[in-house]
Amino acid sequence: MTGDRRQLLAIFVGGVLGALARTGLVELWPPQAGRWPWATFLVNVVGAFLLGYFVTRLQERLPLSAYRRPLLGTGLCGALTTFSTMQVELLRMFDHGRDGLAVLYAGASIAAGFAAVTVATSMVRRARLVR
Amino acid sequence: MNGLVVLGVAALGGLGALARFGLDSAIQARRLGEFPLGTFVVNISGSLALGVLVGAGVKDDAFLLTGTAALGSFTTFSTWVFEAQRLAQDGEWRVAGANLGLSLAAGLAAAAVGRTLGGLL
Repeated sequence: MTGDRRQLLAIFVGGVLGALARTGLVELWPPQAGRWPWATFLVNVVGAFLLGYFVTRLQERLPLSAYRRPLLGTGLCGALTTFSTMQVELLRMFDHGRDGLAVLYAGASIAAGFAAVTVATSMVRRARLVR
Repeated sequence: MNGLVVLGVAALGGLGALARFGLDSAIQARRLGEFPLGTFVVNISGSLALGVLVGAGVKDDAFLLTGTAALGSFTTFSTWVFEAQRLAQDGEWRVAGANLGLSLAAGLAAAAVGRTLGGLL
């Protein structure tokens, strides 16, 4: 298999795992229209943390690898998290007249996701200094 | 959720990730500046498509497969905030803020337009 094909296979496998984990969580913890969607919020923030962790480690600590970032970053974290579902959840909050909740959900998701990437990045960088 | 649906979720989730990579790479290859346009286009088009499914009344297993699995994997939250964080870290606060704000506004608008279009089907 060529390098490119291995990369595509890695993205596919990561996507399978991310989608299964997210869909499983949504099934276990089904969102109620107009309420705080915990499953989506959780996968998005955890996925942002993992992406910050993996990418920083792969770029700054580990030797260059052809398949790790496609598998863990593009595939797993990309598919574990979702943007489109969040938008539809926001629309439903507006439908139910819960504008304040929608603003809070959008703001909290972005703030927590951004903070998760920042924390994961500094964790990896601090660990490197200690070593 | 039976075994066949789980298999479908797995396959469509993997394909969604591949489609995201394909579209993002094609756009990023054009090098159109600092703004992460690839992820933006992926997320907005995916929100439009998910809106269409919702508007058309797609439900249950059909929605789980096409919406939750395929479009859920196609669009991404982690890459979106990651790219904004890296831009901010590099001092590009305005581009980072524009990316977050524009994506959110355009994503909502796309989902709303998609839902209206889906309702016409």
